[in-house]
Amino acid sequence: MSDLRSLAQSARYLSREECEAIARRTLGFVTTPDGARVNISSASQGNTRFAVNQVSTGGDSYDTSVTVTAHAGRRSGSSSTNQLDDESLRQAVQTAERIARLAPEDPEFMPELGPQQYQPGRNWSDATAALDPEGRAGAVRAITTPAASGQLVSTGFLDTRAGASAVANANGLFAYTRGTATALTTTVRTPDGTGSGWAGASHHDWSQIDPAALGARAAEKARASRNPVAIEPGRYTVVFEPTAVGNLIQFIGRALNARAADEGRSFFSKPGGGNKIGSKVVDERVTIVSDPFDPDVAGSPFDNEGLPARRAVWIDRGVVTTLDYDRYWAQKQGVAPTASGGSLKMSGGSSTTDEMIASTPRGLLVTRFWYLRPVDQRTILYTGLTRDGTFLIENGKITRAVKNLRFNDSPVFMLNNLEALGTPVRVSASEDGGPGQAIMVPPLKVRDFNFTSLSDAV
Amino acid sequence: MGSSRREFIRKTSVATAAIAGLAAVPSAARAALLAPRAASPSFGDDPDIETLAHLALDAARSAGAGYADVRFARNRTQSLFTRERRVQGLVDNQTQGFGVRALVNGAWGFAASRELSRDEVARVARQAVQQARANAATLVRPVVLAPATPVPRGEWRTPIEIDPFAVSIEDKVGVLLAANAEALKAGARFVNSSMFFLREEKTFASTDGSYIVQTIYRTQPRVTVTAVSKDQSDFQTRSSNEVPPMGRGYEHVRDAKLLENAPRWAAEAVQKLSAKPVEVGRYDLVLHPSHLWLTIHESVAHPTELDRALGFEANYAGTSFVAPPEKVLGKLRYGSHLMNIRGDREQPGSLSAVGWDDEGVKPESFDIIRNGVFVDYQTTREQAPYLTDYYKASGRPVRSHGCSYAESWSDVQFQRMPNVSLLPGEKDLGWDDLIAATDRGIAIVGDGSFSIDQQRYNAQFGGQLFYEIRGGRITGMLKDVAYQMRTPDFWGALDMIGGQKSYHLGGAFNDAKGQPSQVNAVSHGCVPSRFRNINVINTGRKA
Repeated sequence: MSDLRSLAQSARYLSREECEAIARRTLGFVTTPDGARVNISSASQGNTRFAVNQVSTGGDSYDTSVTVTAHAGRRSGSSSTNQLDDESLRQAVQTAERIARLAPEDPEFMPELGPQQYQPGRNWSDATAALDPEGRAGAVRAITTPAASGQLVSTGFLDTRAGASAVANANGLFAYTRGTATALTTTVRTPDGTGSGWAGASHHDWSQIDPAALGARAAEKARASRNPVAIEPGRYTVVFEPTAVGNLIQFIGRALNARAADEGRSFFSKPGGGNKIGSKVVDERVTIVSDPFDPDVAGSPFDNEGLPARRAVWIDRGVVTTLDYDRYWAQKQGVAPTASGGSLKMSGGSSTTDEMIASTPRGLLVTRFWYLRPVDQRTILYTGLTRDGTFLIENGKITRAVKNLRFNDSPVFMLNNLEALGTPVRVSASEDGGPGQAIMVPPLKVRDFNFTSLSDAV
Repeated sequence: MGSSRREFIRKTSVATAAIAGLAAVPSAARAALLAPRAASPSFGDDPDIETLAHLALDAARSAGAGYADVRFARNRTQSLFTRERRVQGLVDNQTQGFGVRALVNGAWGFAASRELSRDEVARVARQAVQQARANAATLVRPVVLAPATPVPRGEWRTPIEIDPFAVSIEDKVGVLLAANAEALKAGARFVNSSMFFLREEKTFASTDGSYIVQTIYRTQPRVTVTAVSKDQSDFQTRSSNEVPPMGRGYEHVRDAKLLENAPRWAAEAVQKLSAKPVEVGRYDLVLHPSHLWLTIHESVAHPTELDRALGFEANYAGTSFVAPPEKVLGKLRYGSHLMNIRGDREQPGSLSAVGWDDEGVKPESFDIIRNGVFVDYQTTREQAPYLTDYYKASGRPVRSHGCSYAESWSDVQFQRMPNVSLLPGEKDLGWDDLIAATDRGIAIVGDGSFSIDQQRYNAQFGGQLFYEIRGGRITGMLKDVAYQMRTPDFWGALDMIGGQKSYHLGGAFNDAKGQPSQVNAVSHGCVPSRFRNINVINTGRKA
């Protein structure tokens, strides 16, 4: 067994030296005179799924990819392969070049960057990289064993990734970083199917995640949510747990494209022309930033083109301060391009969730949302449903579980109706339970959130 | 099919080898190259892959697997993206590798790698077995596989007319930019268009003695037109989603007639700017197949997946209101008597069509809902035994319906929906007949926003185009329309459906399920259908 254990314990990924060598070999095959870029990624992924209190499936995989983008004049083409031998790399280069020669000239062509300086990435964790199938099964048992002995049914997913990525181009640019990511989520249900609770966490560092605590929280919610009652849909004061806030806030992050705003097809478009930079769009207690070097939400220190990542303040005390500019649109508008890494961190306040509940005469507590889909991009209006822990608050106390509700509302409206904010925490806000983007948000108390129908789903 | 299949493999192998500069390397020499990081062997019925497959199965068996299978796959994809007069991206991707699934004492393990070498397939097979042993630590109910007939040598390929990878990039770009120009001429402010092509060469081998080689093609052209009001206070989009993704070759792009349709799509986007906001209330809905396929997907196809009903997907996709099996099979009234739903993996041009599924089972079409009553779930080999009592009582064998699928070589296969389709009615009715028979209603064309709860009760759907129906006629365009529904009530309100001539296949490339999330490509056939007295909301708000 010892050889097998060692195989599983060290996550495989390409080193800086290996990436440099692959980039050199690949660029050596380039024949077009106008430059080329090589993007390399390699990663080990490990996952364990569990259902009905036992492991159902799992997977361990290792893959790499080399993507070549070749330029012929102002024309470009890309090709990728996951084979690292000379012939496969040469073939990828030739395919990219052939496409580039056939492509029409791109009026928005941007030449490759020259060499850049990078800060070191801060999103690597040895604990995550070392998590093997036995370790994952152990974490799962910390949830399934108490669930089974408590007459509950646990289901869940543990996903870990450890890998490296690199960018190199014919101008001498080279960037390399390695990173890890992990997420553990669990849904615990009562055997009669009338109660369901969820808990989850995501971080680049596995040692920040406590499986037993997540299992206990999901179990508590499952028990408390049994036999929910129907309430009238309508506008409610809502205490959102941080996961629910993260579920919605990420859609503001996705709407930040500067070009779409300038073109008049975004919430951030200004009626009459231009964009909303400088306009107050949400409550002044709200600041939203992306910071790839913040250890709470760390990400890659460079983007796909090798542009060094920087902190971006999207909304500062309620006012839009910048939008997301690619290199072409930045040049056209005379601003610096954005490379922010895509994480989101929102400012908080001093309220606790308990205080928010205590100060609410009648309202709802929402654990998280599900099946969120855009309805109207003009207002970032989304629809979706509450799930796995929705409760009625009466006279400052949680009094009973309620049936799940569908809403039609916007995170922008939500952030204009703020009553209270709590301490920001990292959340697992991706729908599929994968690590997703790093999001750190506070619990919120919000008035007039718009629920439009009731669901019988538990 | 065998000889043409081999000829195809030979042609593509030669072409690939020529590009790679390996044309002259004989097979024996190529076998010698099967060291780590060797040049890729060709796929299909290539003896090298067969050798590696047997190595993997032998290694898994020697390490203790009671059953094992291995899938080798080589996927080539090509994507083209344009906006207005500009090409945004031309990307050609190739990925290959293999995954080994091992069953040890009733627990699964799965491992995968990109390296096609002797050492690596043996290592990965042992890794899958080791993982299965770790997973067995929590075992409560051991996995039991329903019997499947071994397929010693199976070959299948999507019947296509034109290989999309043989059509030049210039031609493809030409079609997209010409369609964009037509849309701009017709009043669009912006237009995005794209094409996507996939060829998946997949080889499956199992310790049951199956060896199956398949080549699958998928194609989707797409155009999205955006109109913006003069004062930038409103914008509206129109997607070409009555042109679905399909399991066809480049002939699907040809038949989509993007140039001819682009002006209409642009005109409709412009028309939406001045459409009347819908008044909330209850309406009779006449749903076009280009819209209804998605409602079927969400409210019928997903809830009738057996893994959901048994709780295996509770942490992501959810469970199902169609549960528990023993209380609903043959008993649950799902909708009106006009509702007949069938699963299949054989409709020509459909995305789910295959010769065998990803665990070597030959799929047969099967009824899911008959005259409005739920009669069967979608299943795989490990799931069918859960329904043993029901199948025995109805005199049927305990067999998988062939619904096993994995997105790629690096993903473990599990239950995914086949094509799940609404069968046409007996009367020869079409779209216009349904509108003519409706006094006060809304006709909806194309799919739009969609959302449904984790047990598939409560759903909300938008669309592309909404038309007001008054007195059997379309009287104008509406906007900001979405309908909300409770699944059994909605399907119970089905009172009129089109006939065979109005049957249309819709579908999606990107149906997500499982953790880690895998996407499945699936088609849904259906006919224009009318649903009485459905709740409609207005989704327009002011920023």
